[in-house]
This record gives sequence, C-alpha cells and structure tokens, in this order.
Amino acid sequence: MIKILTKIDGINNFLENNNLLEIEFEKNNIIKIFNELKDNTELNFNQLLDITAVDYPSREFRFDLIYILQSLTKNKKIILKTFIKENENIESITNIHKSADWYERECYDLFGIEFINHPDLRRIMTDYNFEGYPLRKDFPLTGHTEVRYDDLEKKVIYEPVKLTQEFRNFDSESPWEGMENKLFGDDKSTGEN
Amino acid sequence: MKEVELNTTTINFGPQHPAAHGVLRLVVELEGEVVQRAEPHIGLLHRGTEKLIEYKTYLQAVPYFDRLDYVSPMCQEHAFALATENLLGINVPERAKYIRVIFAEITRILNHLLNIPAYAADIGAVTPFLWCFEEREKLLEFHEAVSGARFHAAYFRPGGVHQDMPEGMEEKLFEHFKTLPKFIDDLESLLTNNRILRQRSVDIGIISKSEAIEWGCSGPVLRSAGVAWDLRRSQPYDAYDQVDFEVPVGKNGDCFDRYLVRLEEMRQSINIINQCLNKIKPGPISIEDNKITPPKRNQMKKSMEALIHHFKLFTEGYRVPAGQVYSAVEAPKGEFGVYLVSDGSSKPYRCKIRAPGFAHLQTLDHLSKGHLMADIAAILGSLDIVFGEIDR
Repeated sequence: MIKILTKIDGINNFLENNNLLEIEFEKNNIIKIFNELKDNTELNFNQLLDITAVDYPSREFRFDLIYILQSLTKNKKIILKTFIKENENIESITNIHKSADWYERECYDLFGIEFINHPDLRRIMTDYNFEGYPLRKDFPLTGHTEVRYDDLEKKVIYEPVKLTQEFRNFDSESPWEGMENKLFGDDKSTGEN
Repeated sequence: MKEVELNTTTINFGPQHPAAHGVLRLVVELEGEVVQRAEPHIGLLHRGTEKLIEYKTYLQAVPYFDRLDYVSPMCQEHAFALATENLLGINVPERAKYIRVIFAEITRILNHLLNIPAYAADIGAVTPFLWCFEEREKLLEFHEAVSGARFHAAYFRPGGVHQDMPEGMEEKLFEHFKTLPKFIDDLESLLTNNRILRQRSVDIGIISKSEAIEWGCSGPVLRSAGVAWDLRRSQPYDAYDQVDFEVPVGKNGDCFDRYLVRLEEMRQSINIINQCLNKIKPGPISIEDNKITPPKRNQMKKSMEALIHHFKLFTEGYRVPAGQVYSAVEAPKGEFGVYLVSDGSSKPYRCKIRAPGFAHLQTLDHLSKGHLMADIAAILGSLDIVFGEIDR
C-alpha cells in the first residue's frame, strides 16, 4: 500500500504505526490526492472520518490541518496532514466526501480556516453572532462574553465576562528533572550507569 | 387552466422539543406536509470540551468524556484511555481488559435500552419506555458498584481501570444476564410485530450502502444499510479479539432495520459479557507503575515514595511523550474516536473528539427529504442522537 501512496504527487512524509498511516501532503494538490485515495481500487479510502486542526501560534504555518480517512475494504485508517498559514485558505473536499460539509464548517468555526468552494460555510458550534475562533490557542478559556437574563429588559443579554475571582491556571509542572548521571567536570563519564 | 402557485412554509422545530432528544433546532421547509429541506442548527449544548481538556491533565480529562454522550459514558472513556495508553506506550493487564470489555458492553446495552424505547415513544408506544427504565436501573447498579457513580463513572483510566470489581460481582453479573434475554424477548414481542411501529418505520429514512459510507456513518446506522463493519471485529482493541460474537446487519437501511440491529446487538452484548465472565481471571487491574497509576491508599500511609507519587500524580500529572494518535472504539452509536496530540507535557496539546452522532445528524436533511413532517421524529429517534456528543 505504501508503494502506491508514494507514487501520488504531493505526498511527502510517511509514518506507519500499528494500523495507522500518517502522511503529509501539499495543500495545492488536495483535490487530486483525495480523488486518488478514494478512487484507486488498491487504496479505496472511501470514508472520511474527521477533519480537524491543531494550532501552533508560534509557527509561520500556524495550523496543522488534519484529515482522517478510513478504508472499509482494506481495513486501514490514514491521517493526512497539511500546513496552513493564518490567513490562507484551502480547497474544500465536499465534492469528494459529502461528510466533509459539517467537518469543514466546524473547522472554520473553531479555528477560522476558510475552505474555498464550500457550499455553505457558516458557523456551526458557536452561538449566533459569535466572534473569534475558540480553539485557537490565543482565545482565552473563559471567552469574551457571557449571557444572563436581564429582569428589567426581559431578555437575555450579552456582556463582557466578569470573573469574581481571577482565572487561575496552575502550573504544577516542575522544571526539576532530577540529577543527571554525569557529574560537573567529569569528562570521562559516559553518562550511563 | 388556472395556475396554482405552490407555497412552501418554513417552520421552526425546537430548540426545546420532546422528539428532538435534546436541544436541537431544526429549520424545516414544508410543502404541505412534505419536507423539502430540514436544516439542523446545532451547538446549543456546546460546552467547549475540547478547549477545556487542553487545560487539564490527562487524568482530569477523563470525566469530560462521561459527559459527552451521557447515556453511554464508559465507552467514551475507553477511547480516551486507549489513545493515552497508545502515546504512553503501555499495555494494560489482562484483567483490566476484560473488565473494560464487560463494562463497555453493559454500557452498550444501557444505551440501546434507552434508544429503543425512546424511539418507540417518539412514534407512539409508551410502555417500553417504562419497562426499559427499570432494566436500566438494574444495570446502573453495576456501574455504581464498581465506580461509585451511576453515570459519570470515570472508571476507565489510562493504565487500566480505577478499582477492581467488588467481591462476588462476577456471580451477580452472571445471574443478571441470565434474566436479561427474557426481557429483550418480551420487549421485542411488544414492538417488532407491532403494526403502528412498522407503519411508522418501515421504508422511512432509507440510507443506501454507498451513501452511508459516504456520509461517514458508523455503528448501527452503517450496519443497518448492509455493511458488516464493526470496529470490535475489524480492529479489535482490549479483549475483543478473545471473544466470539456476531455482527448483525440490516438489509434496507431504514428506521426499522436500525431498530432491529440495535435489538440484536443487545443479545450479542450479553453473549460477549458471558464469555468474558468465563475467561476473566484474578490479577492486577491497572499497570503497576506508580509514575502513571496512583498507589493504593494504604501504601501511601506507610511509604514516603508512594506519598510523593500520589502528590505528583494529582498535581502535575504524568507526562506523555510528544506525538499524535487517533484511537477509535465502537461506541453504541458508532465510531467514537479521539485524536490526541501531546507536546510532551502533562496536559494534552489538542484533543479532538470524533462523535458518531455528528456525522449521523448531518444526514438528516438527506434522509427526511420527501417524507412527512411526522417522520422527522422517527428518523431522529432511529439515528440515536444525543447532543452531549454532537455539540461537545
């Protein structure tokens, strides 16, 4: 199976662990790659399980965009990964996998990644008129607005988050990793015992 | 001839509606009583579970999984436990594997014992609902006996299970599952040949083999369409490769087949549990590495090292080697997956939850097109929708 995969253009890295294949690909070739993965009878990755992203704010290519495909005939799962900059967009694969519709909407909603040619790219998880992209690392856990029922106005109103106690994020990770087996100045030691 | 202009009516269904199985808002476009478009608006129960997990240690993340699909809690912990164990590179002891399988199957029966009567109630039968809740209560006692909680168990933890089954539990389970098949037969006698149930569900909401695959369906929805696909069989995890069971498949992929598949799955679950009870042997229930599983309470009172381990585990937590993994289990509703990314710290960098119901609800527009408004309730019920997992 790996042999066939390596022949497809735009696929870079391979990694196999257990029942899972991991692949990196170039985002410009996305349509071609997904068509090939679905239609090639040797691969037959006919089910799209999920689309998600991982945010790394410090990198130039900020997002890892991840597609998880499954082949029901070959009993294989494959993870496809591509890298995207913050204001870049990517071609939608709704024409290849129908289920991509909501998965891409979710990705757009929570990360702000835009998919070109998506039939209906709207927010899906968050509230109507929500602002910001909650799963980005720079979005605060508490959010920006909170809602309450206002008895005077007789309706639910939105206001900025007010915390009675400051949000506490305990960092209990100790920088102390124990002593190395090598003593300071001891050049002859290999560091293993 | 006079020209007649057809008017479509757009109505709002939910967000509070007994047939919506939670908080679902549907915008339905009707022509007369025939559905032209049904557009689900979800996210009304969005609690940001994935974001919250990024701020919790791996152990603290476990209880969030109970609260996703709150009618089948343990199966979801299972997926997270498997993912974390995969990253840690550990193998849980034999007994823990069997206990997990037993309780995953109890959870499956629990889930189907809620879905089948809820579905029946949606289309007009009230009795099964009352019957099944009594049976559920008996099964929940087993949940309570091992974990202390009826629903939010936090029982399957990375490294094994929280504690061993109490003494005599095996016999009690064995006795109970002698009586349950009779109950399922009784339940079936109420429903399967019931004229109203058949009229409301046969040929309603048909999904074909290829469509089911294309829409990302899994579990009973996929199997009812005739695809013999079960992760417990095709990609076995824990002790599922040690047990023998059958995978029920439907023919037509309609609401009635989905009901039948679930009914048969309960019988198979009982079969699996009985096999596990015969095979399970005494032994450790979690890996004996105190860097990952906490030491026993009585050890802590005597051993300084155990005390330090306990303190470190419940403050910092254990560190998980950097990497990523996708682990999936066959939850009662379908393939429940966890995509876990670790950066080497004690908190997940990203935890994406793949909920089966999310993919299933997406098909609603397709399934209900051309059916009557009342059939939407039947289709929703047969898809086994729970908003805890869809909205996350």
